[in-house]
Amino acid sequence: MSDSVAVVATHAVPAHHEELGFWRTYVFSTDHKMIGRQFLFLGFFMLVLGGLMAMMIRWELAWPETAVPGLRWLPEPYAYEGIIPPQTYNMLFTIHATLMIFFVVMPIMVGCFGNFLIPLMIGARDMAFPTLNMLSFWVGLLAGLVMLAGFFVPGGHAAAGWTAYAPLSAKAAYTGVNWGQNLWIISLLILGVSSLMGSINYITTIVNMRAPGMSYFRMPLIIWSLFITAVLLLLALPVLTAALAMLLFDRALGTSFFLPEGGGEPLLWQHLFWFFGHPEVYVLVLPAMGVTSDILSTFSRKPVFGYHAMAFSMIAIAFLSWIVWGHHMFVSGMNPLMGTAFMMSTMVIAIPSAIKTFNWLGTLWRGSIRFTSPMLFALGFVSNFLIGGLSGIFMASTPVDIFIHDTYYIVAHFHYVVAGIIFALFASVYYWFPKMFGRMMNEPLAKIHFVLTYIFFNATFFPMHILGVGGHMRRIYNPTQYDFLHPLQPINVFITVSALLLGLSQITFVTNFFWSLFGGKKAERNPWKANTLEWAAPSPPPHGNFDALPVVYRGPYEYSSPEVEDDYLPQNRPLITQSSAPRTH
Amino acid sequence: MMSWLPENVSTFGGEIDSLFYLIYYITGAVFILVTVLMILFLVLYRHREGRRATYSHGNTALEITWTVIPAVILLVLSFMSVSSWGRIKAHAPPADFQVQVTAKQFNWEIVYPGPDGKFGTADDFQIDNDLHVPVNKVVHVHLKSKDVIHSFFLPNLRLKQDAVPGRDILVWFEATKPGKYELPCAELCGFGHSGMRGWLYVDTPEESAKWVKENWPQQ
Repeated sequence: MSDSVAVVATHAVPAHHEELGFWRTYVFSTDHKMIGRQFLFLGFFMLVLGGLMAMMIRWELAWPETAVPGLRWLPEPYAYEGIIPPQTYNMLFTIHATLMIFFVVMPIMVGCFGNFLIPLMIGARDMAFPTLNMLSFWVGLLAGLVMLAGFFVPGGHAAAGWTAYAPLSAKAAYTGVNWGQNLWIISLLILGVSSLMGSINYITTIVNMRAPGMSYFRMPLIIWSLFITAVLLLLALPVLTAALAMLLFDRALGTSFFLPEGGGEPLLWQHLFWFFGHPEVYVLVLPAMGVTSDILSTFSRKPVFGYHAMAFSMIAIAFLSWIVWGHHMFVSGMNPLMGTAFMMSTMVIAIPSAIKTFNWLGTLWRGSIRFTSPMLFALGFVSNFLIGGLSGIFMASTPVDIFIHDTYYIVAHFHYVVAGIIFALFASVYYWFPKMFGRMMNEPLAKIHFVLTYIFFNATFFPMHILGVGGHMRRIYNPTQYDFLHPLQPINVFITVSALLLGLSQITFVTNFFWSLFGGKKAERNPWKANTLEWAAPSPPPHGNFDALPVVYRGPYEYSSPEVEDDYLPQNRPLITQSSAPRTH
Repeated sequence: MMSWLPENVSTFGGEIDSLFYLIYYITGAVFILVTVLMILFLVLYRHREGRRATYSHGNTALEITWTVIPAVILLVLSFMSVSSWGRIKAHAPPADFQVQVTAKQFNWEIVYPGPDGKFGTADDFQIDNDLHVPVNKVVHVHLKSKDVIHSFFLPNLRLKQDAVPGRDILVWFEATKPGKYELPCAELCGFGHSGMRGWLYVDTPEESAKWVKENWPQQ
């Protein structure tokens, strides 16, 4: 649908462009932009599913063992007259987390924006391996289908949490789930292949295909973040793959890697899982940080404050992310001395995160700030990341973690960080929608979307800190079963009402997105007057992206430069003499 | 937020709580500082016609400042945490009272050594979900699991320890106030995880003697 717009809007057709049929254009496309869009729609679909599951979880916590409205159609044993039983509840939070992490944030932030932006922002015509890129999407989609199939097998879907702690996950008898858990494992194994193909492609493309003049330190920070993310994925995924294979062997072949009665070790799973899992957190958040840096700079009309500090702090985060995994295991029975070591490394990783936050503030300082919808969402990301970063210090401290581990304090913390990525995600969609689809989104509706999302996001997740401080455990089905949690129940109700409103607020986004896709104002090449190379290409860019491959003369953030009258200076604009007036678009 | 913490009745709970308060005040101050600056910048430097943003790529002195200050704060917090952690985890004080707790889907199986003070003898006393301990005595809990990982959580004692199958993990506490406290499982352990709960009874010497007399096998 969007490329029909592309054909009309494109005047300059690159020399090697050839007409492709429907299947090669929309389905089995090797064009990085179409693959990016495919990842976007996959992510959106899963976001809706994951969001609906969150609503069901919240309903259960606020009004335990009452019928969820509109859920009476669900067959037994998934629900009884709309009432969710504990087994379904466990299934819901397991799959909610799995979808949000592996099938929403990764496909959208890494799959969609990585694919769409890398060639455009480094000045390449496509990815290094277009066919591998296409395979990466289709393998990813297959993983998604296998994951969803888990709902339709006897015994239901995996119910051991997204962390799948063994032995609970290693033996069907412990959860009563047989094929659901197997499919969960198989799906993530397949998804690992997809991510691996993607990351090889990203790394190769960034290393080899940068336009003339695009040195590493002229790359936009979003490209830096995607580059580092790809390296993290490449190194972390094999560990998850190995761990998942061992878990599958334990379940299907009785190997007992993680089962003590057969000589196995349950904590081995946790070590392997978190050795992957902690870098994974940064896989999710680094692209969000990159996007935020770019958008704050564009709309402050000011260079990113401390570009090198920003790039190096991301590299530091990437290195340190390999040696902090044990902070998930302070109360697991691991040697307390290891707890001390992991606390130290965890405290150290807070430093580069602090540096990033202060540099974002520095970018705003003495800027000329325009409150567009991408800017508002980027600011929202900073404000949420601040809370999520600071709350992390509590659990980094081993003695404090004894109390707050496995409580809602943890749930609050990682939602501020990981669910907070949704702000960077929306910022990216509002910012690059004109480039992706050739049309502008509706700005007033986008601002309403921001205000509602910001208010209800905080109303949902902030009170979870209070629950956690009160000792409210994670993953419990019915808080009213515990006497000491009774005084906290009104907070649970408040959170649920806020979460439902947060969900409803997203209607503004869905409406805006689909309406703008067909009826939005036609976008010019550079609607935000930004510097990076993607804005030099037509909106949307045709196959091959650029009329002529750009040459890069400077860094990506030359806003309000004294060299030109305009408050922006694109990376590809030559400045030879004073008389060569800036080109107008 | 402080008033939401459950009442603390353990000897080391106060130490955990004061670390919690300390981090709370520090992070609270940082949060207010950054938020106020951010709002201030957003208002002061909003776009107005005729004013141009300052062309600046950063400031090395500032970068060093905001790297070093958080580093020093985090280092201090680390050292304070290490000494606390050591006191709580590294050396358990000698036991006045011992008990075995074995977690299973979805109960706490509690074994008292009986009058002879030894486990595994005929006078052991076993009961599900009722943990009686004397007040102001060091209690050693030998924590095990029969099936999956559970987590032994005593919110009022600021104590949490996973029970891992295949292991015997020693945890200790000393309760300072008699009463009845909840003992939930804090690690997902299956469909009955929610509601897996025992009770900790911290008894006065009189209550303790009475309970032993009524329940334990007599010598």
